[in-house]
Amino acid sequence: MAAKETFKEKTNKALGVNPDDARLTLTYFSLAFIVLFIGGTLGLLQGLNRAGLLELPAWFNYYQVLTAHGILLILIFTALFMVGYFYAAMSHTLGGLISKVRKMGWIALGLMLIGTVLVVTTVVMDKATVLYTFYPPMQASPWFYIGLVFIVFGVWTATLGVFTNAASWKKRNKGKHLPLLSFFAVGAFLLLLFGSIGVTIEVLTLIPWAFGWTETVNVMLSRTLFWSFGHTLVNVWYFTTISAWYVIVPRLIGGRLFSDTLARVVVILLVILNVPGGFHHQIVDPGFTEGLKFMHVFMSLSIAFPSLMTAFAMFAVFERTGRKKGAKGLLGWVKKLPWGDVRFLAPMIAMIAFIPAGAGGIAQTNNQLNQVVHNSLWITGHFHLTVGTTVVLTFFGIMYWLIPHLTKRELTPKINKLGIIQTITWTVGMLFMAGAMHWVGLLGSPRRTSYTTYGDNATALDWDPYLFFLAIGGTLLFIGVILMVYIVFHLMFKAPKGNTVFPIAQPEDDASTPPKWTERWGLWVVLAIAVISMGYLVPIVDLVVNAPPGSPPFQTW
Amino acid sequence: MKLHRYEEIWLILGVGILVLSMVITGYQTFAQGMGPPSDTAQIDPQKVNETAPFDNPGVFEVGENEYEVVMTLQAFGFTPNEIEVPAGAEVTFIMTTEDVIHGFQIAGTNVNAMVVPGRIQTITETFDEPGEYLILCNEYCGAGHQMMSATITVH
Repeated sequence: MAAKETFKEKTNKALGVNPDDARLTLTYFSLAFIVLFIGGTLGLLQGLNRAGLLELPAWFNYYQVLTAHGILLILIFTALFMVGYFYAAMSHTLGGLISKVRKMGWIALGLMLIGTVLVVTTVVMDKATVLYTFYPPMQASPWFYIGLVFIVFGVWTATLGVFTNAASWKKRNKGKHLPLLSFFAVGAFLLLLFGSIGVTIEVLTLIPWAFGWTETVNVMLSRTLFWSFGHTLVNVWYFTTISAWYVIVPRLIGGRLFSDTLARVVVILLVILNVPGGFHHQIVDPGFTEGLKFMHVFMSLSIAFPSLMTAFAMFAVFERTGRKKGAKGLLGWVKKLPWGDVRFLAPMIAMIAFIPAGAGGIAQTNNQLNQVVHNSLWITGHFHLTVGTTVVLTFFGIMYWLIPHLTKRELTPKINKLGIIQTITWTVGMLFMAGAMHWVGLLGSPRRTSYTTYGDNATALDWDPYLFFLAIGGTLLFIGVILMVYIVFHLMFKAPKGNTVFPIAQPEDDASTPPKWTERWGLWVVLAIAVISMGYLVPIVDLVVNAPPGSPPFQTW
Repeated sequence: MKLHRYEEIWLILGVGILVLSMVITGYQTFAQGMGPPSDTAQIDPQKVNETAPFDNPGVFEVGENEYEVVMTLQAFGFTPNEIEVPAGAEVTFIMTTEDVIHGFQIAGTNVNAMVVPGRIQTITETFDEPGEYLILCNEYCGAGHQMMSATITVH
């Protein structure tokens, strides 16, 4: 068996990627970038409307656009990308997907597409203009919620596939550590599973309510279950992002892994600590005591710990690699980095963006600071800096080698140059847009609100110049979307044939093997459940047992 | 797992900042009474207009330079929506919603709270500077969300 496996792995290395696995991932990516194009177009419409430069028609108003933009980019684009990327990572590091898992990948895609069609159709018909947070008692069409269930089932099918493939590999490779990138895949999907349980329970209670079978809904319970998912999802994308930082980026700059063990510890910590972080969205909610909210400050801040470890690891890799190449002095290594290589530039800017983005996150986790910016455009700015820049630029960076690897093509200097232009356009666009959002949010401008001056109120009129910058940023980002979609499809169908490696960094020569306990998933699952219970057991029991009369449905749009 | 010494220093500093921010937040919350709005009182969301004090929304002087604003929120307005108080007044807003979730934010101040069906929310602010303050709804509540506002005039 072992000999057969090695043979399979050898052929895999010689012939490159298994074409069946490549087709699966490329289908995911194609759809992801079509979704990005649609979602990006909607984003442009929103930015222009918000600045008062464009009036949207009544049959497709600001809030419909916002609902579709949010769901397409936050749920669909990221889910499609994540599954496509991690399935490719497993295929590469585990010697091909097992056929059962490949099938699961296709089934997952089908479920997600059915869900997306249901959700988008109800939004376009103006039957579900409830934003991506769909807070009850605002009530959408039941088909909107059913669509969400399909999406979740799709994600869960993909999750099961990841676990199945990892378990099968472990069985065939007794005593060996799961390759690091697949270890990341298992962690990320485990977190996604934990994070999506709450929202699934929420949606399953909303369906009978939306059909009219139950009369009222427990609003605070729904809201709390939603946020146990809402913020975890963000950290799942972040998870996907740092897997490339740890494993791919060191190789691209000609270096080695910082520490295999440290990366695995970060994975474990992210899985264990993350879910209660969502509570910080409820800091100014009624119904929770100050003591509970204070405990959640601690629980939210604990997520910053693995990120601090990541920050150290990344800069240590840069410096170490630079010095090996002969860099001198404190910052000499900066000059040794391959700035002209878009595969490096995009994730590097993503990392730099995470410094202010992470700091902003830590700041707003604290109760009183949160109160200043809650539901203001600051939050939207923070979100576009973390997800729109850190996560998405890393995703873009992955495209420049993963698509050519899968299609057996090459990244030409011309496309590399276009990629650099794309990356800079995106970065400048985000600087304008997220920067303006942060600033005007501090001044009090609310998020999720179409253009308004509140009857020419003087305070609100003061916000207009910032909103203009927001629109400029949004326009640049739209240009960035068009460039990126072009690049992705060029790399898929037009780039010259050739061989592109899957750039996985090797450990240092003197690196120690990761300890056995890193593979004890049973223990991490138990710990994660303990931490989730610590954060949510008391408030959720209280919300159920000690509930006010429920709310009937409202359709206010 | 062995950590590099510099890494240890980095992590200790980082955790130190996190702990410090928690100490400050905790001190402000529990010693200075600056905690986030956290009223735990309940109400039947379908009977807001017949439940005291919301059967009679308005501005009430309750002490020397102390005011209470009993306020209901509904798509797409605040009741009352024109509030006048003298400078230096300590104003406590007691709010609930008749329909969906709304936000309550006074632009240019730190007053910011969610108002959720079935719950009563309370938040206090002292207005030292005369002028007109804009109250707005900062949680999407429907087609007219962008019109939902009110004003406080401080004399």
